[in-house]
Amino acid sequence: MKIVIAGGGKVGTALAKQLAGEGHDLIIIDVNSLLLENLIEKFDVMTVCGNCAAKETLEHANISEAELLIAVTSQDEVNLLCCMTAHGLNPDIHTIARVRNPEYTDQIYEMSDLFAISMAVNPDKQTASEIERLLKLPGFLKRDSFAKGLVEIVEIKVTPSSKLSGISLNDMSKTVGCNVLVCAVLRDGASIAPDGHFVLSEGDRLFVTASTNDLATLLKNIGIITHKVRRVMICGGGRIAYYLSSALIKSGIDVDIIEQNNDRCVALASMLPKATVIHGDSSSQSLLESEGIDSTDALITLTGIDELNMIISMYGIQKGVKQVITKLGHLDSSSIIRNLSIGSVISPKEQCCNTIVPYVRAINNQKGAAVSVHQIADGEAEALEFLLSEDALNCDIPLKDLKLRDNIRIACIIHGSTPEIPGGNSTYSVGDTVIVVTGGGLAISQFNDIFR
Amino acid sequence: MNYKMMGKFISRILLVEGVFMIPALIVGLYYREPNATASMAISIAVIFAAGGILGFFCRNGKSGFYAKDGFVCVSLSWIVMSALGCLPFYISREIPSYVDAVFEMVSGFTTTGASVLTNVEAMSKCLLYWRSFSHWVGGMGVLVFLLAIYSPSEKGGFTMHLLRAESPGPDVGKLVPKIKATTSILYRIYVALTIIDILLLLLGGMPVFDALCTAFGTAGTGGFGIKNDSITSYSPYIQNVTTVFMALFGVNFSCYYLLLVKQFKNVLKDEELRTYVGIMLGAIGLVAINIRDVYPTIEETVRHAAFQVSSIMTTTGFATTDFDQWPALSKTILLILMVIGASAGSTGGGFKCARLLLVFKNLKRNISRTIRPNKVQVIRNNGQVVGEQVLDNANSFMAAYVIIVIFSVLIVSIDNFSIESNLSAVLACFNNIGPGLDIVGPTCAYNLYSDLSKLVLTFDMLAGRLEIFPLLILFSPDCWKRK
Repeated sequence: MKIVIAGGGKVGTALAKQLAGEGHDLIIIDVNSLLLENLIEKFDVMTVCGNCAAKETLEHANISEAELLIAVTSQDEVNLLCCMTAHGLNPDIHTIARVRNPEYTDQIYEMSDLFAISMAVNPDKQTASEIERLLKLPGFLKRDSFAKGLVEIVEIKVTPSSKLSGISLNDMSKTVGCNVLVCAVLRDGASIAPDGHFVLSEGDRLFVTASTNDLATLLKNIGIITHKVRRVMICGGGRIAYYLSSALIKSGIDVDIIEQNNDRCVALASMLPKATVIHGDSSSQSLLESEGIDSTDALITLTGIDELNMIISMYGIQKGVKQVITKLGHLDSSSIIRNLSIGSVISPKEQCCNTIVPYVRAINNQKGAAVSVHQIADGEAEALEFLLSEDALNCDIPLKDLKLRDNIRIACIIHGSTPEIPGGNSTYSVGDTVIVVTGGGLAISQFNDIFR
Repeated sequence: MNYKMMGKFISRILLVEGVFMIPALIVGLYYREPNATASMAISIAVIFAAGGILGFFCRNGKSGFYAKDGFVCVSLSWIVMSALGCLPFYISREIPSYVDAVFEMVSGFTTTGASVLTNVEAMSKCLLYWRSFSHWVGGMGVLVFLLAIYSPSEKGGFTMHLLRAESPGPDVGKLVPKIKATTSILYRIYVALTIIDILLLLLGGMPVFDALCTAFGTAGTGGFGIKNDSITSYSPYIQNVTTVFMALFGVNFSCYYLLLVKQFKNVLKDEELRTYVGIMLGAIGLVAINIRDVYPTIEETVRHAAFQVSSIMTTTGFATTDFDQWPALSKTILLILMVIGASAGSTGGGFKCARLLLVFKNLKRNISRTIRPNKVQVIRNNGQVVGEQVLDNANSFMAAYVIIVIFSVLIVSIDNFSIESNLSAVLACFNNIGPGLDIVGPTCAYNLYSDLSKLVLTFDMLAGRLEIFPLLILFSPDCWKRK
């Protein structure tokens, strides 16, 4: 498919990596020619240098033949104007715009026809709700939900005190007291697709499929003591902090926000009357201590500097904060970061890709496309959710008799609204939702692709 | 450096080369030339074996290819390809000296057309065919071909370095987003134009074998003739067809792509195309006036002038007449055309019109800057602003170009031939033309030069085809340092 990406920043680059890898024809527009030069050398794409909202630049990027425009520059207004102009030049085009300013949220949904956008994405808001979900069940490093929230894939780290250390997967259900399936394990930076005899050891990171209702049981039985989060400390008062705080305040959690910029503090204080806004430098140890980092239930680092976020998080863990969440804007979850104790890592650009990629796959392949796509295990594996239509193959055949391709496993089958963690005798039928986990860079666009 | 990945690439190139040699084998079988066919078969076997063994040892090469690796990989593969591709000449003893055989092969792949053979007609058809076909293979580039058929399993655009290193021009870009699609469009245009040329030559009553070899020489802008007198003895129709097609293959191929997608305006407005056509027509006019007394009719005068100008400017090197006998002005014009060369993104060599335009515009800017030091100026090409990096590259290209010419002439002069011969020999090789003046004129060959000079000229041919830097990188100690 011919796709134009306007803006080659963090999200643009992440999208280019993903979509070029899936074999789409990409043209990336940006004003910075050095950045474009870099992109050309990294990915198989073409670039156009110029203002993406200008008609001439869009024509230069052959917008009349493109099927999709993804506007992800840093400015909301430019993104919107870009989509409108592109729509004027090519009425059939699909457009996705990144709009982050909370003031625009309502009008985007009410007037999406006027702005000519097919989908608006707000990575900041998504990130905030992702963090909120993590706070609800502390103990999981990452949660990806499927089938309208019925099923989740959660990330658990095997700590020395964990009951999981040293047991094999066959015995795991007995230990955790509920039905779960380990769909991937990260050990020493490599992703492994484990079988029943796989023995877990300290330091492994597990990606576990479980019914949402069983999550609390799971946590309790593996020896992670759950505590209710009552007080949260947020470092950095950007847009994510705003979205997150307003959600947390609604559920009755105390929020402290530390922000360096005085004007921003005033703005936050006026928008969030119930939050405690503190003007100060969150890298200062004495400030963190005087604001009670010892007594907070969760520490969330959301400043614009990745390195600072990591340092504060490490300090928080050292101080014994029970739950620490670190936002990384630029850095990928590389092997250096994996070995640092910075708690859960959350990346807005990854959130954005997780929304856009399924949309692209759906346009490309209207029927049978994945309903949602989540990158798990640091991007080494992918979890896809399919709603089975009439042409799904091998319905009502036990899974043990199916010939699946390598690196594919069926992680969950949802019959109506009952999730089933499948065994060898499980079957699926038309109308069910199936969650498939793929590894090894295999790109699956349709359910039937999983068969040999 | 990523040696395994480079080895993997070179092994694939050898396999492609082996496949490209098979048609020559068939020609040999058809004409019943046991000696040539046997040596061809042995060479193919050797090349396949070398490619296979290299490929086996490097089979688990990991991706991760940077600019440096790309350049080194391209240079090495051209050297390896030439060193093994010349085996048929050497094994069959049709060119008894290995240095001569390498010279001839490099001359073929780099589309130079400089030959050490004084009597081409004595060669077997099988080897003649391979000699001419090597022009066609080298014209668009073997790596470009590899990129057109090979889809890298690695996600990433690392192959862009390979395209940049092998394609001529100051600023290599893509036509469409995917590198595989870009290169396959280039090759399709190339094949289509070649086929049209062959058909038109056949229409003029040319024998099939001659038509194929001439068309390959024209398409790659190579210039190996299969007759001692090049194209002289063919009919005026064939000469005119060849004139036109040489000029066509000297045009930037992206112009043809723009024609295909019906952007006629952009083609007409293309500055490089205008410069190219302008210089060519001007040169034809001047030469025709200058040589009006040499030939009896106006038709003959214009035909020879047009053919020679087109042949030299596109760096092909075919001849319909011995231009060494022309007046000094015409010979000088031809020498200048040798340096200018064809368009960027074509199969021709030389300094390239695009780069010439950039250097001139930059010169103009620097002069005006001397007069008004605070004036800010950008340089544009086809309306687009040209980056300073591209200008800088064009300038250092010119510097490297002059230095290489000076040192090559110096070394070649040891053989004690006339300055005119030496200079024209170096220019003709460096710009991938073929025939020069005096003892390397269109009716003569490079056989008189010593082995040392031949090696220098071989280096010049490779440097000219790969646009100097990829080859110079091999000599930089920085390149081989372990990191």
